[in-house]
Amino acid sequence: MEQKKQIINSELLDVMLSRLCHQLIEIHDQFEHTVLLGLQPRGIFLAKRIQQRLESILNKEIKLGYLDTTFHRDDFRRRTTPLKASSTHVPFLIEDQKVILIDDVLYTGRTIRAAMDAMITFGRPRTVELLVLINRKYTRHLPIEPDYTGRAVNTIDTQRVLVAWKEQGLEDSVWLTTKDS
Amino acid sequence: METLQSKHLLGIKDLTREELELIFNTADNFKEVINRPIKKVPSLRDITIANVFFENSTRTRLSFELAEKRLSADVVNFSSSGSSVKKGETLLDTVNNILSMKVDMVVMRHASPGAPHFLSRHIQANVINAGDGTHEHPTQALLDSFSIRQKLGEVAGKKVAIIGDILHSRVALSNIFALTKLGAQVMVCGPATLLPKYIKSLGVKVTLNLREALEWCDVANVLRIQLERQQVRYFPSLREYSLYYGINKKLLDSLQKPITIMHPGPINRGVELNSDVADSDHSIILEQVENGVAIRMAVLYLLASNTA
Repeated sequence: MEQKKQIINSELLDVMLSRLCHQLIEIHDQFEHTVLLGLQPRGIFLAKRIQQRLESILNKEIKLGYLDTTFHRDDFRRRTTPLKASSTHVPFLIEDQKVILIDDVLYTGRTIRAAMDAMITFGRPRTVELLVLINRKYTRHLPIEPDYTGRAVNTIDTQRVLVAWKEQGLEDSVWLTTKDS
Repeated sequence: METLQSKHLLGIKDLTREELELIFNTADNFKEVINRPIKKVPSLRDITIANVFFENSTRTRLSFELAEKRLSADVVNFSSSGSSVKKGETLLDTVNNILSMKVDMVVMRHASPGAPHFLSRHIQANVINAGDGTHEHPTQALLDSFSIRQKLGEVAGKKVAIIGDILHSRVALSNIFALTKLGAQVMVCGPATLLPKYIKSLGVKVTLNLREALEWCDVANVLRIQLERQQVRYFPSLREYSLYYGINKKLLDSLQKPITIMHPGPINRGVELNSDVADSDHSIILEQVENGVAIRMAVLYLLASNTA
């Protein structure tokens, strides 16, 4: 059996998105040399929302790309289930740009490591920051921490955090599922 | 579906339509990779691949080698000329010796049909068939279908004519398997002496008339006349072959609709294809070569991820 608990509802998620956008503006001002990179497959929904909201606040175009990390992962051939690749779409050069990597959930940090590896095939960025909606604490395998966090949660290994989006035909929300052992 | 059923790629005959689609979708991603400023990904960095070529090849070997290097694999090359094969070593001994040097995958071309199948039964490494005699050439068929899909949107429902030396062509056989599995209609066209007797049993149309084939098809895949396999006189002269089965611009212009021209290379210019066709907008011959690298990256990646 799996237990499922909602930890963030759509109103709260909306507030969090606004806060994250204003934190970004505080640091990056007019986004002149700043680009967003959403991580495939699940970080792209969050990245798209952030982009739309920033565009409506700043009234200008914000660059957004999608990055797939599959071919750069370090657990290839060590997994029982093979990884399926998604598309990468980065329609700009990131040479000397400030990059903000965006993903929905930060867990072991291995995806982010792979993402940084994948990212530098498009140039050498000036700085790289990390934005996540959910930061799972005490689960990291690598020294990676987010710069912008929606919510930090305490979880154990048998739990999973799932972020649902309207774009997937679901209600905007975040869920914590626990597998009974 | 996320993985291939087999740990080897021996022929298209063993693959399902879903597996073909999986290879194409993966190749789409690799095509994006090879158009990046840095064209390399680290996926296969702990893997060593031996390219074992008992028969001549330029394109296929280069394409495999590039694909392997773009995936960060370590590569060793072997060709039978100048090797101990000339001293009488058996295929299995040669390959086992190479494998003792801790090689994970073997890409093999061999003049005998079934050689890679034989090998796959006797060794642990993944085997990829890069052409076995007149039998199959799976990665060529994959890249041909992938190129059709890219040019025309999809393969299903399209009409493809395969023209030339069908009898000796591993490309033709693999293409027939791939295209029919993907839902395309296939017609083969060539002189009667170069059409295998039971070709109709594969579910293809047959014609001896080039114009009829060209008027019917959306895509013409023109095969090379294999001069090295013409010990028996299958046709009176190259000049006569070219007159009946050579494609030139005048012939293409006289058709009702534009058709796409493909060729697996190397082209005998002025025999099966005239230069004014090979270098025209109708031809996607160079796209085929580019797609070849992406397809081979996809195949290597998918086989390597299949550790079961």
